[in-house]
Amino acid sequence: MAALAEEQTEVAVKLEPEGPPTLLPPQAGDGAGEGSGGTPNNGPNGGGGNVAAAAAVAGGRRADGGTPKPVVAVSAAAPAGAAPAPAAPTDAGAPHDRQTLLAVLQFLRQSNLREAEEALRREARLLEEAVAGSGAPGELDGAGAEAASALLSRVTASVPGSAAADPPGTGAPGAAVFSASASGPAAPGKVGSVAVEDQPDVSAVLSAYNQQGDPTMYEEYYSGLKHFIECSLDCHRAELSQLFYPLFVHMYLELVYNQHENEAKSFFEKFHGDQECYYQDDLRVLSSLTKKEHMKGNETMLDFRTSKFVLRISRDSYQLLKRHLQEKQNNQIWNIVQEHLYIDIFDGMPRSKQQIDAMVGSLAGEAKREANKSKVFFGLLKEPEIEVPLDDEDEEGENEEGKPKKKKPKKDSIGSKSKKQDPNAPPQNRIPLPELKDSDKLDKIMNMKETTKRVRLGPDCLPSICFYTFLNAYQGLTAVDVTDDSSLIAGGFADSTVRVWSVTPKKLRSVKQASDLSLIDKESDDVLERIMDEKTASELKILYGHSGPVYGASFSPDRNYLLSSSEDGTVRLWSLQTFTCLVGYKGHNYPVWDTQFSPYGYYFVSGGHDRVARLWATDHYQPLRIFAGHLADVNCTRFHPNSNYVATGSADRTVRLWDVLNGNCVRIFTGHKGPIHSLTFSPNGRFLATGATDGRVLLWDIGHGLMVGELKGHTDTVCSLRFSRDGEILASGSMDNTVRLWDAIKAFEDLETDDFTTATGHINLPENSQELLLGTYMTKSTPVVHLHFTRRNLVLAAGAYSPQ
Amino acid sequence: MAEEKKLKLSNTVLPSESMKVVAESMGIAQIQEETCQLLTDEVSYRIKEIAQDALKFMHMGKRQKLTTSDIDYALKLKNVEPLYGFHAQEFIPFRFASGGGRELYFYEEKEVDLSDIINTPLPRVPLDVCLKAHWLSIEGCQPAIPENPPPAPKEQQKAEATEPLKSAKPGQEEDGPLKGKGQGAAAADAKGKEKKAPPLLEGAPFRLKPRSIHELSVEQQLYYKEITEACVGSCEAKRAEALQSIATDPGLYQMLPRFSTFISEGVRVNVVQNNLALLIYLMRMVKALMDNPTLYLEKYVHELIPAVMTCIVSRQLCLRPDVDNHWALRDFAARLVAQICKHFSTTTNNIQSRITKTFTKSWVDEKTPWTTRYGSIAGLAELGHDVIKTLILPRLQQEGERIRSVLDGPVLSNIDRIGADHVQSLLLKHCAPVLAKLRPPPDNQDAYRGEFGSLGPLLCSHVVKARAQAALQAQQVNRTTLTITQPRPTLTLSQAPQPGPRTPGLLKVPGSIALPVQTLVSARAAAPPQPSPPPTKFIVMSSSSSASSTQQVLSLSTSAPGSGSTTTSPVTTTVPSVQPIVKLVSTATTAPPSTAPAGPGNVQKYIVVSLPPTGEGKGGPPSHPSPVPPPSSSPSPLGGSALCGGKQEAGDSPPPAPGTPKANGSQPTGPGSPQPAL
Repeated sequence: MAALAEEQTEVAVKLEPEGPPTLLPPQAGDGAGEGSGGTPNNGPNGGGGNVAAAAAVAGGRRADGGTPKPVVAVSAAAPAGAAPAPAAPTDAGAPHDRQTLLAVLQFLRQSNLREAEEALRREARLLEEAVAGSGAPGELDGAGAEAASALLSRVTASVPGSAAADPPGTGAPGAAVFSASASGPAAPGKVGSVAVEDQPDVSAVLSAYNQQGDPTMYEEYYSGLKHFIECSLDCHRAELSQLFYPLFVHMYLELVYNQHENEAKSFFEKFHGDQECYYQDDLRVLSSLTKKEHMKGNETMLDFRTSKFVLRISRDSYQLLKRHLQEKQNNQIWNIVQEHLYIDIFDGMPRSKQQIDAMVGSLAGEAKREANKSKVFFGLLKEPEIEVPLDDEDEEGENEEGKPKKKKPKKDSIGSKSKKQDPNAPPQNRIPLPELKDSDKLDKIMNMKETTKRVRLGPDCLPSICFYTFLNAYQGLTAVDVTDDSSLIAGGFADSTVRVWSVTPKKLRSVKQASDLSLIDKESDDVLERIMDEKTASELKILYGHSGPVYGASFSPDRNYLLSSSEDGTVRLWSLQTFTCLVGYKGHNYPVWDTQFSPYGYYFVSGGHDRVARLWATDHYQPLRIFAGHLADVNCTRFHPNSNYVATGSADRTVRLWDVLNGNCVRIFTGHKGPIHSLTFSPNGRFLATGATDGRVLLWDIGHGLMVGELKGHTDTVCSLRFSRDGEILASGSMDNTVRLWDAIKAFEDLETDDFTTATGHINLPENSQELLLGTYMTKSTPVVHLHFTRRNLVLAAGAYSPQ
Repeated sequence: MAEEKKLKLSNTVLPSESMKVVAESMGIAQIQEETCQLLTDEVSYRIKEIAQDALKFMHMGKRQKLTTSDIDYALKLKNVEPLYGFHAQEFIPFRFASGGGRELYFYEEKEVDLSDIINTPLPRVPLDVCLKAHWLSIEGCQPAIPENPPPAPKEQQKAEATEPLKSAKPGQEEDGPLKGKGQGAAAADAKGKEKKAPPLLEGAPFRLKPRSIHELSVEQQLYYKEITEACVGSCEAKRAEALQSIATDPGLYQMLPRFSTFISEGVRVNVVQNNLALLIYLMRMVKALMDNPTLYLEKYVHELIPAVMTCIVSRQLCLRPDVDNHWALRDFAARLVAQICKHFSTTTNNIQSRITKTFTKSWVDEKTPWTTRYGSIAGLAELGHDVIKTLILPRLQQEGERIRSVLDGPVLSNIDRIGADHVQSLLLKHCAPVLAKLRPPPDNQDAYRGEFGSLGPLLCSHVVKARAQAALQAQQVNRTTLTITQPRPTLTLSQAPQPGPRTPGLLKVPGSIALPVQTLVSARAAAPPQPSPPPTKFIVMSSSSSASSTQQVLSLSTSAPGSGSTTTSPVTTTVPSVQPIVKLVSTATTAPPSTAPAGPGNVQKYIVVSLPPTGEGKGGPPSHPSPVPPPSSSPSPLGGSALCGGKQEAGDSPPPAPGTPKANGSQPTGPGSPQPAL
């Protein structure tokens, strides 16, 4: 079981872009994963889930509806495992599929999903299996069960590299896990163990807790360690104090698991006050967990069990700890340290309390150092050359450094600019991007014209803020988006509607009905005008289709489409020409908290309660990538300006950056003390700003993988963040009804990037957030849900007035 | 922030009795204690789990309050069927019951009669979502508009007033390099300021209040000028706008000292000059200031109270006390004082008791003239039923005698007669509702006579009316949705034609209509001032369309009691507030008002009366005596000139003290027609 916990979970689907020439291959896998070891599942469902199971669950559910769609159809290698569920039952003849099916049935039975199981069986017309499968789970006769599990192990063994757990299982939304064939370092030997432990049962996951010491001694152990740490030298104390929380949690869970309820209770009472306050949300969950039975299906508990808590400790401190534990023969604690903790030892000076505090707080400890080592191409893509009447072409590249542009160099660079490639930029065709249409080019020209009129912002020249208040929203506003040219505003509401307003005098017109369209002279020059229906033009269009609150909305860059994501588990694509729904992307099954279009259109990303983010293309009903690794809900998702990366912020208090190309997690940022609710990239692609419920905004250097700043000031969740068009100003909007403006140039300028800092990631945050604050603007009890900079650097803010 | 919150974990579990109750309701009579315990543990855990999930939905829904739908979605996550029937309720009232040693909380489910639901009229459709844009900040400065929160909230103004050393100076803050910081930053500033308190003062035994700078920006100065001019000018539309601005604008606190001085000085000067119109305008400004929720007025109450009190009890408020309706001003000001008492009276400043003393003293004094007497009684009466009960009722008999001696006795002076008449009706108006509450129903004339002397019989009939009224009102309140909590005293200004047969000032409308009427007479005012209730817009009048516009007024005033003058005490009644509007607008040809009363002959006037819809066959204008030209004739050049004259008059009047209201600068009101009052 130790093997299970060893892997971090940020494994995703390995996909090579070599399929269709232009766009990412929608199909999963390229067979590269043959023979490589399967990565054990870290998802809350334990090792039992696999792709087929998950897909089958979805398929089974959907069977009634008659529109089977594989939910998780992405898998690295195995054809059997990757086969979508509906395919499996129909091709029941194939031995592989048959085995898969059996495995699925077994899984369903164990997960008490009888309905799905029956539906699946009906569909597969597998009457012969009824003997083994029918009846209540308890009635299963021994032989049948044995046969089934034997089959199951064979299935898994023969299908290395396909493992996924889908949330529906036990109600615990699981992080779907896929084998990263090439990157997964798991030895082939582990495959066997995986197969053996392939029961999706909590007891397997918990097995490590079986060994137990004297329950009454736990308090003593803990306070002994506490005493030791408190008496250690100052320089070590801060580092070693990090141990308190994970030890506390694991000892408590051990007590609970071994059914020492009273001891567990008193242990909790006695020591929970010592824990850092930013863990209180998790502690609250733990405090309600008082019985072994509760542990089954508790997400937080499973997170602790399945992922190692990562601590970063200097070698000296670690030696100290080791010596102490060995001296005291304190095996209980030593075991926990060995089994449940990952101690990332570094050479050099121990870190200070502030340095530690800046980085901790996430659900599973800090990020390992090597997690942030891979290269990230954060530069911007070269803009395609467009003939512009004005010679003021392409400003973006200029702002790379996030510094105010000077007139001189701009003039000089105009000629060479377009040729020069940003050294940090990814190859132009790393991700296939859609071709520019004529209308896009026109829009770009418009953009450039506007750019010349852009206000140059700075501490002495603050932007004006125009606030769009949603009145009479009765607290129902859940999402807002504004088009890039600031002509449309979309609002997602708790009553399942999406409303689109035009904020320019131009009304919203839809295309005429088909019957009317046939009357139009198609040869006329203004045919595009003629097809629009003037009669129904209005300032507001309402889009009906979702069946739950709409938590995310995003306009496509060309303003032809609108995406919305909802509690009902779907992402919908709406046409802004006809104001109808075009596609419902099903896959998340659980509330989808956020969605966003790629800056180049075509792709979009969504993230939800099922702990994964998914990358989609508008013309595929299945996701192209699944980014799995977060230990809790994915609250917000954003594309990097070069469209090669996706950042996700999660309720596990980490931010991850994913490579769209191969689905790998390339950065893990820890340091927030609460669920992350907003993200934004700086326009030059170098920096990331994140805001969380703790009211703080953190700034990250993507290239170095470092935290570079902390902006304190908000007193409630930061719901919206946005950089100005040239990156000089960062605007943040919060539930505390304020919009704040921060000096982004100053925040990034005295950024020391000496080798030591870069190598160790030990940063000293300047305590200057008050100096960086340029302005605070109170609204009248209106939480600021969205912020937007127009092309001329005017801030648009939006929120719903909520009368007290 | 999170760091400061102390972790508070509760180990609350449901009591096992709840399990028993639930089991019983399911028909399981005997349930073991152990089972109960297990069940509670499990149920409590599940409930907590669901609550934690529900929180997620609250956060994602960008709300601060957990709703029932959040719970439903959390249940849905767990594949549990959500609870039905708990939707869309802001608050679900749980009832408590105990008995048999058990305590129960339950949600009362009423049986609903479907036919009732069908028969009740549909509720109004809620307003649809709409989008409204405003400037939150303009180049770093937050404009002080109603859409934005007040630049300095009341708490800060209060802190400034009470603890000047601790609070941040808003003026200084604005001058700082970081312009336009909201109060969030102001709090931080305050901290900073505290730190860098002048070192000179540090060691000193006493702390000096730092000099505060009261500089107004150019815009503020302009605003101040415009507002004050509009408030006392002749254009009623402008005045309404200005008063509305005073009553709603959030950014006025810096100008508050100026307004306060303006008002107190203005009253001082105009009382001497007996300029009734301006006094009314000033009182309306006071009212508007009081209505502004963002102003911390406590600091200036000491300036405002004397001014208001002056307008109540001053011996003479107008040039021709026999004709002009200064009574209405006294009523209005009395209501203001009552409002001030209600808002600002505390145990330390004792405003109410001091005011009460003042009134009582002047009332008790034998030599007090009838005008002051009226004011004192009005002031006392507005303070509420308790005051009426303890201070007015005991003196009714005595006062009745005095009134009788004037009314029945030899005619000494017309003015005294009028005064006594007013005092009598005032007493009846205010005392009747109180008596109706105090005394048991059988109203006996003789008993009243015995108790209250000569006023008794009248009082008795009024009490009877008041009782009927109360009953009627109870019905009407149920029926109508219109409730205006704050009475809007209506002041109307007009010029009396001549001291004719009518009771001067008070327009007696035909008995069937019998509505409280207040008419103010003035020689100078060109346009009738209207009260300044910002949110209501119910009076639209013009000379040509008086009929239709009165209808509009009437539609609102349907709920006003139809009987007599007994119920106009607006503090106590909920409905009456909309008073009929009677306007007498004059277009005096030559009116040198400051020198002599206008001659009766050269005055044109017309009257617009708003009448209750129940009054049948009453047209507004026709019900008035003859010298009323048809309204259409009013746009005569004379009117304009008269107005101009009035205006010049104001300019020519002895140089007013700084800050005194001046009427110049305001535009003459078109062709002399009454302006839309609001």
